[in-house]
Amino acid sequence: MQGQKSGWEQSKVHENEALSAIKHNRDAGVDNLLDEIDGLLETNAEQFVKGYVQKGGQ
Amino acid sequence: MKERIVGIETEYGLAYDAAGSKPQTIEEIARRLFAPVVEWGRSTNVFLTNGSRLYLDVGSHPEVATAECVDPLDLLAQDRAGVQILADLTARAQAGIRAKGGEGSIHLFRNNVDSAGNSFGCHENYLIPRRLEYARLTDHLLPFLVTRQLLSGAGHVVQGPDGARLVLSQRAEHMWEGVSSSSTRSRPMINTRDEPHADAERFRRLHVIVGDTNMAEGSTLLKTVSTHLVLSLLETGRVMPSWAIANPVKALREISTEASATTQLLLADGRTVTALEVQEYFLEAATEHARSTGMDSGVVPEVLELWARTLRAWAAQDLDPVADTLDFAAKRSLLTRYAERHGLDLGDPRVARLELAYHDVAPGAGLVPGLEQRGLLRRFTDPAAVSQARSEPPRGSRAEIRSRFLHAARRAGVDHQADWLHLKLTEEPSKTVLLTDPFATSDPAADELIQALDTLPTVHTHSTAL
Repeated sequence: MQGQKSGWEQSKVHENEALSAIKHNRDAGVDNLLDEIDGLLETNAEQFVKGYVQKGGQ
Repeated sequence: MKERIVGIETEYGLAYDAAGSKPQTIEEIARRLFAPVVEWGRSTNVFLTNGSRLYLDVGSHPEVATAECVDPLDLLAQDRAGVQILADLTARAQAGIRAKGGEGSIHLFRNNVDSAGNSFGCHENYLIPRRLEYARLTDHLLPFLVTRQLLSGAGHVVQGPDGARLVLSQRAEHMWEGVSSSSTRSRPMINTRDEPHADAERFRRLHVIVGDTNMAEGSTLLKTVSTHLVLSLLETGRVMPSWAIANPVKALREISTEASATTQLLLADGRTVTALEVQEYFLEAATEHARSTGMDSGVVPEVLELWARTLRAWAAQDLDPVADTLDFAAKRSLLTRYAERHGLDLGDPRVARLELAYHDVAPGAGLVPGLEQRGLLRRFTDPAAVSQARSEPPRGSRAEIRSRFLHAARRAGVDHQADWLHLKLTEEPSKTVLLTDPFATSDPAADELIQALDTLPTVHTHSTAL
């Protein structure tokens, strides 16, 4: 018995592997999106943010 | 109510990035944006053929109020159709500016705060029966709303005494009361202004103004369906444990600031509980209520599962399981990744710029389409249903009647007015139709009016949609 993982433990391992794969894919996707918009964020970010002024609403 | 009419009003923020060319005021941009609306409906306040209301609110905020929806997915489609309509108007205004040599770009934000600390809202309307004891209902609802930011907070980077941090809710700092009739001076979480837009003897309209404006469809879905279920539970009048919070505004802000489900809340009866415990109670009670009343059909089981998954994620202090579904988790993942990659503090202006891009719906300027395409943000609406929702009403409410009337009057080119309650031909005010039942999908007087319009020759052959 020793050295073998129970079905439950085995499924936990699979679950953790699946979750870390999802997280990895997510980071890769986010990086890909950020690469695409990097230029946008570098240009006049501060001025842009400060320029967003509205009159209050409800 | 097993079936409930729900609608959302969203105030949008406008900005013009002149990029070195001639600056334009927000008033000028708003006027340009609404020029095609004025041409279409002779006003900056119109009802569209999908039953929704499009208008320019005080302070030059473009605003869309969705039609009366019964199906939660119809509500999402209506909300998204509103985004598309405004995005198209933005593109037209942008083209007009370019044609005159302007090089700047218009930005249209679905968020709740600007850089000067002004706030604008995303108001939810829930139809409730008049017979209810209103004060009891709002007393019991308030603890749910105070803690609901765990489900639908949009997240916001704020500068605090210990540096910049990501708080849970954009709206929390702008709330000053629990329940009152004021709207801008001392904003309450529930506005008691009694305008049912329906038969006042049967109905009341609960006006919730504490919620953040959401980008993620999952957040809007979870926010509105959970609130509908909790209202339904409270409407039974059953004796329930009280979670009345000693100081709801303080609690709202503390939960937002800590952005953690473990924030301790002092209750009116002296007990101390966590925000998560309050939500867990409402999830369990709403789930049981949905099961026992047969309300667990359609999209409801999926929403209950999402609600449960969200609370488990908070309990485990790991929001990854909902990072592709809910705003706060999605935004946190995006902002922290960006800050890490560039070794930036969250308070860096580039992070603030990224946060604004998350909320931008101007064509080509926002992040949501890119997130959805990469599978980083889940879409619940069917694109075809959203296209249809731009000109057609949701099913199961009087919006169907309003829509038929507007289509018919526009086709025939007859001057008319419509609002939530009325259908009117300008030249024949005596035939004005009053629609007091929000659930009615036909009405004899309205049908007569529409049939008369249908006998007239066609004036507008092309689409009657804006």
